[in-house]
Amino acid sequence: MTSTLADIASSVREGRTSAAQLAREALDRAQSLQPRLNACLQIFDSHALEHAAAVDRRIAAGEGHKLPLAGVPVALKDNICLSWGRTTCASRILQDYASPFTATAAQRLIDAGAVVIAKTNLDEFAMGSSTENSAFGPTRNPWDDSRVPGGSSGGSAASVAARIVPVALGSDTGGSIRQPAALCGVVGLKPTYGRVSRYGLVAYASSLDQIGPFATCVRDVALALDVIAGHDPLDSTSTPAAHTAATAEIENPVAPLVIGVPRQARSSANHPAVAQALDNAAALYARLGATLVEVDLPMTDYGIAAYYIVALAEASSNLARFDGVRFGTRAALKPGESLIDLYCRSRADGLGPEVKRRILIGTHALSSGYYDAYYLTALKARRRIKQDFDRAFTDQGCHAILMPAMPEPAFRIGEKTDPLSLYLEDVYTVGVNLAGLPALSFPAGFAENPRLPIGLQLVGPAWSEATLLRVARMFERETDFAAQTPPL
Amino acid sequence: MSRPLTADQVRRIALLARISVDDDQVAALQHDLSAVLGYMDRLRELDLTGVDPLGSVNESPGVLGEDVPGPTLPIDALRAMAPDSYDRFVRIPKVIDEGGGA
Repeated sequence: MTSTLADIASSVREGRTSAAQLAREALDRAQSLQPRLNACLQIFDSHALEHAAAVDRRIAAGEGHKLPLAGVPVALKDNICLSWGRTTCASRILQDYASPFTATAAQRLIDAGAVVIAKTNLDEFAMGSSTENSAFGPTRNPWDDSRVPGGSSGGSAASVAARIVPVALGSDTGGSIRQPAALCGVVGLKPTYGRVSRYGLVAYASSLDQIGPFATCVRDVALALDVIAGHDPLDSTSTPAAHTAATAEIENPVAPLVIGVPRQARSSANHPAVAQALDNAAALYARLGATLVEVDLPMTDYGIAAYYIVALAEASSNLARFDGVRFGTRAALKPGESLIDLYCRSRADGLGPEVKRRILIGTHALSSGYYDAYYLTALKARRRIKQDFDRAFTDQGCHAILMPAMPEPAFRIGEKTDPLSLYLEDVYTVGVNLAGLPALSFPAGFAENPRLPIGLQLVGPAWSEATLLRVARMFERETDFAAQTPPL
Repeated sequence: MSRPLTADQVRRIALLARISVDDDQVAALQHDLSAVLGYMDRLRELDLTGVDPLGSVNESPGVLGEDVPGPTLPIDALRAMAPDSYDRFVRIPKVIDEGGGA
């Protein structure tokens, strides 16, 4: 039986173990699994041990009650800034970048007593669905190391699945928390846009990006959300509304409960184990007293096109800052070359092929003569996508929409080389970001031969995280999928 | 729009994006970009007449912060981030009288 975050923190506060002891264990496990999984880009060793000792000193000084995550080891996706170590975004252009500040979400974990053990691997600048686009090599799935962990927060998902840390942060722009959570058999939450501060998150697509937690169970995700959520004056998109603790009523089933299953989620393109998991979960909720209704999300087929236009347009603007002048690496100039050459060569040398492709597509979509046809059309489609979800929640009264997180279990590293075929993996996740909604991905079954986790997601109306977590907890109490561990 | 991009179009986009591309890359990008843009053309099937564009779900008007000076990052921290610096300044190549268009 694994301990919850709350159990770990109380055992530290009550002296049954120490933050230093937990940090040493997590560091040892991170180091020993690194050659096999490549889940981490930095492991902090002495720095983590110093932080852990500081937590132990605060407990000795009687401050333990202020530390809901006392001594809990955490890992952060390496696009989340810390004022120590490096923040590389898995890109060569930032391979030596040292941030002068710490992201708000990370600082809130630290203030709650958590100890940062590692920065985790990702698709470069969070652009990908497999963590194969890292400049520092792919992360491998703990369930089968010939396969991808999903992406882009693959290192964070793998670290939690491999029990290196009990909780990690990722970021989700089009599915980058929910997809790796599904493929690694852990729980991952993409909060409502505005729920968690994005200050200190290196921007990919600012109208879509959101930081969220991974953990091995629903209760731990709820506690991590409670710690990182809430208004931050440093992020103008963070909501000023108070966050109601998701942990408070986590054990209370939602009743009456209406769950919508989209017609489009029963696609014939789903892997049979994904289709089976969806049927089983719907049946289980029905047994628990929920009313299951079919909902229609007719824009599903247009989500990927709208998403990639919006996201890449924003990315082409956000990533203009990596120009070889103020940050990161700079190409050596030959005599007579200009500042424009410096920009072009520094970016050509420092950015990976997928990041370049995305910047170029985004640049084209925003360029004179194409703006209306691509960007403006995508923003109109975005409105329609949001209206699809609104109808299910408002007109049909759904508390949550149940659907796959990904159409298939983890695929082999190197299996998908065509960019578009990877984009199509995002069919179930991108609409949620375009609509700004919260969604929780949770373990809901296994494919066999080889045995690989299957994840489903619950999507809720804006600001309904507490309800979503309760609905997921109802499922978790009745099943043992989340408790199963990879064969490491 | 649905026609494949020409090599010249790819070079023009790359210049706008400030990314150097060599001839081999141009050919590969013509293929990859055209495939993705071709896929995106499916949005043209939709009748979006009268639909307001949604740039962000956060549609409330932004709240202006008070215009008061606050702490800033120390110059040393900013200088440490730059690939090349001199004294209190970030150093860049000469931009005047070189036809660089900057």
